[in-house]
Amino acid sequence: MTTPTAVPASASWLRDAATLTHRILLHWRQRPFSIALTLLFPVLIVLMFGYLFGGAMAVPDGTYLDYLIPGMLAMTMLFGLESMVLAVTADAAKGVTERIRAMPVSGVAVLTGRGWADLLNALAGLTVMIATGYAVGWRPHDGLPSALAALGLLLWLRFAFTWVGIYLGLLLKTPESAVAVQVLVWPVGFLSSAFVSPGTMPGWMGAIATWNPLSATATAVRELFGNPSWNETTWAAEHSVLLATVWPAVLTAVFLPLAYRRYRLLGR
Amino acid sequence: MAYEEGVPAAEHAGIVAQDLRKQYGERTALDGFTLRVRPGTVCGLLGPNGAGKTTAVRILSTLLRPDGGHAHVAGYDVVRRPRQVRYRIGLVGQHACVDEILTGRQNLQLFGRLGHLTADAARRRAGELLDQFGLADAADRAVAQYSGGMRRRLDLATSLILRPAVLFLDEPTTGLDPAARIDVWSRIRELVGTGTTVLLTTQYLEEADQLADQIAVIDAGRIVAEGTPDELKAKVGPDRVETVTRKPTLDEVFLHLTGKTATRSTETVLEPAR
Repeated sequence: MTTPTAVPASASWLRDAATLTHRILLHWRQRPFSIALTLLFPVLIVLMFGYLFGGAMAVPDGTYLDYLIPGMLAMTMLFGLESMVLAVTADAAKGVTERIRAMPVSGVAVLTGRGWADLLNALAGLTVMIATGYAVGWRPHDGLPSALAALGLLLWLRFAFTWVGIYLGLLLKTPESAVAVQVLVWPVGFLSSAFVSPGTMPGWMGAIATWNPLSATATAVRELFGNPSWNETTWAAEHSVLLATVWPAVLTAVFLPLAYRRYRLLGR
Repeated sequence: MAYEEGVPAAEHAGIVAQDLRKQYGERTALDGFTLRVRPGTVCGLLGPNGAGKTTAVRILSTLLRPDGGHAHVAGYDVVRRPRQVRYRIGLVGQHACVDEILTGRQNLQLFGRLGHLTADAARRRAGELLDQFGLADAADRAVAQYSGGMRRRLDLATSLILRPAVLFLDEPTTGLDPAARIDVWSRIRELVGTGTTVLLTTQYLEEADQLADQIAVIDAGRIVAEGTPDELKAKVGPDRVETVTRKPTLDEVFLHLTGKTATRSTETVLEPAR
């Protein structure tokens, strides 16, 4: 009994990452209501904003719903950050993080497992939001390659948010403090072009919203889907595809190493 | 065996800690912690809250880097070869560290897979442990629905998934009712019978007396006394006041060695054993 029976013949981090991704998929299966709520919440926002406030919104070059859906696709990516922070802090609070750290599993595998699961979560979120868009009359107009590029930019933003979320989760430690992130997601979302054009905001606020990474992706996605842009003429709006490519790269370059370092520092 | 390179040295089997140091800012958690636990024995690490018990266990189980000193567990250096150590240890912390959303079986299989058992082996081992720990009926229920005692048993079972050579039990009966505590004790005794080396931290003196071959008393980050329960009792001498023949209890040994009297801080230490 004192001899371990484990035979780590192919103890590769890819396999460990797949095992950890599988764990999160099992969470969804065990708690379908919770994942359903996560997926349906943005739908509720579309109905609220689209129909409750939508009548009062005057989008000069189209309907508000056509403007809103790309914004909500970007918001869905942002909501993922919030779920990630909650999941990481919950694991820390329940001691699961410690137990995983006591297994022969590398930090790279732990972070990759999270990343893959988050990517699947993002794909599910995008699917639900696009279906919702179709149901309320939204359509992409610029063909399939362009639409795929838009989805690619959305996932690219989520990829960056994955690392921001893991980093914040490891930093904040407790689910109670993670609530701060849940609250802050809203100002970040509203101070962007997700819901209204920054051109309609007071100058200083519009400037923040114009350069918000979320705006870059929302505006780029509108352009690629051929949806109304609310006549934005700023440099940032006209180069939105470039910014939507660069911003997530910058965020990833900063937060991926930070997240990894933070995980390693758990042992200090 | 198909492990990575490196052969464990026989003199490093069991637990060998040499002059471990750990500082948290101004506070010294470990101050020259030296301990040797022979393979196949149970060592009770006894001390009050804040004495450094958990810090020692976290360093020995590779979760925390020491600031100084060396330690070998199951033949491997915990700082240089943490991965090798992790294949050979089990850890039960003060709170049940299991995934509440998953079922008991899913937990066991998950950690079996993370310990690089094949899917088949993980499934078999999970089944074995569920039977052994009386959790077969609850195996496919979410852990969130388990009682405290059941969680503890699952926690213990999970830490045994790789048949560890060395098992760390950090206050394993904290928060359990007396029946559940006695149940955990009997399971620990069974394990020891199979040759596992156990380091058990506890503030329940009765627990150390019940389970340990060897007791190490820790205070302010270092071992202040070591020996069998009887040796430690002999050190203090028979009770001086009441009856001449009564041997001192471990409580008294502890108070004697740490130079403390039964005031505020030690009362909280003693209470749970009653």
